[in-house]
Amino acid sequence: MQSIRKIRVLIAKPGLDSHDRGAKVVARALRDAGMEVIYTGLRQTPEQIVETALQEDVDVIGLSILSGAHKTLFPRIMELLKEKGLTDIMVFAGGIIPEEDVPELKKLGIKEVFGPGTPTDKIIKFVLENLPHRT
Amino acid sequence: MFDKEKVGEIKKQRERWENTTLPKWISRHPERKSEFRNHSGILIKRVYTPEDIENMDYIKDLGFPGEYPFTRGLHATMYRGRLWTMRMFAGYGTAEDTNKRFKYLLSEGETGLSTAFDYPTIMGYDSDHPMAKGEVGVCGVAVSSLKDMEILFDGIPLDKVTTSMTINGPASILLAMYVAVGDKQGVSREKLGGTTQNDNLKEFFAQKLCIFPPLPSLKLSTDVIEYCARHLPKWNPISISGYHIREAGATALQELAFTIYDGIAYVESTLERGLKVDDFAPRLSFFFASHNDFFEEIAKFRAARRLWAKIMKERFQAKNPRSMWMRMHVQTSGCTLTAHQPLNNIVRTTIQALAAVLGGTQSLHTNSFDEALCLPTEEAVRVALRTQQIIAYESGVTNTVDPLAGAYYIEDLTNEMEEKAWEYIQKIDDMGGAIAAIEKGFFQKEIADSAYRYQREIDETKRILVGVNEYTIKEKEYPVKLLRVDPKVEEEQIARLQKVKQERDNKKVKETLEKLHYAAEKNENLMPTIIEAVKAYATLGEITEVLRKVYGEYKELIVI
Repeated sequence: MQSIRKIRVLIAKPGLDSHDRGAKVVARALRDAGMEVIYTGLRQTPEQIVETALQEDVDVIGLSILSGAHKTLFPRIMELLKEKGLTDIMVFAGGIIPEEDVPELKKLGIKEVFGPGTPTDKIIKFVLENLPHRT
Repeated sequence: MFDKEKVGEIKKQRERWENTTLPKWISRHPERKSEFRNHSGILIKRVYTPEDIENMDYIKDLGFPGEYPFTRGLHATMYRGRLWTMRMFAGYGTAEDTNKRFKYLLSEGETGLSTAFDYPTIMGYDSDHPMAKGEVGVCGVAVSSLKDMEILFDGIPLDKVTTSMTINGPASILLAMYVAVGDKQGVSREKLGGTTQNDNLKEFFAQKLCIFPPLPSLKLSTDVIEYCARHLPKWNPISISGYHIREAGATALQELAFTIYDGIAYVESTLERGLKVDDFAPRLSFFFASHNDFFEEIAKFRAARRLWAKIMKERFQAKNPRSMWMRMHVQTSGCTLTAHQPLNNIVRTTIQALAAVLGGTQSLHTNSFDEALCLPTEEAVRVALRTQQIIAYESGVTNTVDPLAGAYYIEDLTNEMEEKAWEYIQKIDDMGGAIAAIEKGFFQKEIADSAYRYQREIDETKRILVGVNEYTIKEKEYPVKLLRVDPKVEEEQIARLQKVKQERDNKKVKETLEKLHYAAEKNENLMPTIIEAVKAYATLGEITEVLRKVYGEYKELIVI
């Protein structure tokens, strides 16, 4: 039987930057779209993010970063997810991430990278269409 | 402002117009929207007339430039005398890299420096701290010890340029380092000119780079204000900032009201140190954003000056007119820049910069067109600076003071911004002041709601963003060359830090840090002990660590 559990999304903010406007707007939009959203605040270490994902049993993680440290922090997050056996979580990202970095990030397993100016509807649609089939 | 009889006549004529010419036109040419509102939600009328400002008193509400209530500008001649300071925010990589950028900007005609620090520095971490990994020198310059600061200002005479430093939690530490560099250059402290942002209150609800809890944060800001009033007469100890409030999503009105309220809190907190208001108020400075709605922004700047003058005179009984001056720095709004069709950002920045100039700013930073993509490249920074120079030298707007004064729309909007800001001020007073409002999450909720509303309007194309939700093109590659910070910066920076730690007198460092710990526990003004500590090459991280032990760390209040 299909589970009627709400989709659970962790919106996480790695890096030292404090630009949380986008993360909060996306969190609210996903919540308004009927999802269960967990937002844990600024400056989360990769370890904290993966731990929260595990504890909260999320289906999706949205990473927001504008500090430019994505090339250091994203690989670490993806590595930790693998270590914890959480590879079935769908991960997407947003923020100030140069186009030319995107292929590399996708290779790590990040499903999509949204740049500035992305409508929230597009993100909602993306999440719904790319939900992991979790066992 | 107008003869009563004349206004009566205008009213009659307006009513006639509304019953004849207007409906006839509208029946064939309907308006584009059912109502027009600015970002603050203020309803904009179709047309403004003398009726809208009939109760205005020219002398009382506007006055003359350089006189109370300063609506028309702080100085009698404004830009006919001296142009605003063109101050471009810069900083990346190592101290050597930024020193080079500073010298470039000075050679291009910039008149003041403005320093961006990297996130580890802003958060009080040395470059070798685990939290600093991947962030060293990326969004600003890394400064961990006095050594870095010496390199940063090498060959730049501190008695000739003024320097603005965007630093809050560790403001006292960076100011101490600047003082130490000045001492080494032989520049007397009375001559040191510049600004530390040092506005810790807005960190809790806008910029969110908080290290310590609200009360000790306010204490540290106040330490700097008090120390400067006594020892650094030309230093602006604080830049009370609306910019970050706006960028976090606030409306122009919220930006205005919350910033002014923070100003009130700093004045109150400094008065508690036993200083008289006129001893420190002339050196308080402000920092606002300039967004896209041209007239709304101009009205905001004019209303801000009048509000602050009234508050200083009436609420705090200031006597010195300079205490009533709201000196402001303005930055064009970073959040209006689009990653799509980035060259369009030059036009946005021009409109915003023009609003700041027509609003009477003292200092201006114009953003570079590539900043929605990356750190600005040299070419983009030059265009941004040229934008200011074109406004200053080619547009003619600087030829007369406050050219928009008397425009029915501008004056009515200025009045309305002021009135609505008073309502907020009253509300926050009733709540128990700025710290209480922060602890209740009041500011946070107000801003988050506005940010969400703004995004919804864009998503629903109620608000058009050219190139984003309308007039889009298929974009393959960005026509800009991205500036990247070499990952080697982190290694070099850590190596330098280790060398400093080896070469300094570690016994002396320990002593000064213990002294600082003691002073913090005794609730003394920490500036003198911090100056001693940085001169012994105690690092930013070590000093912050001492303060973290005494004050604890701030735990974010999450309001979505």
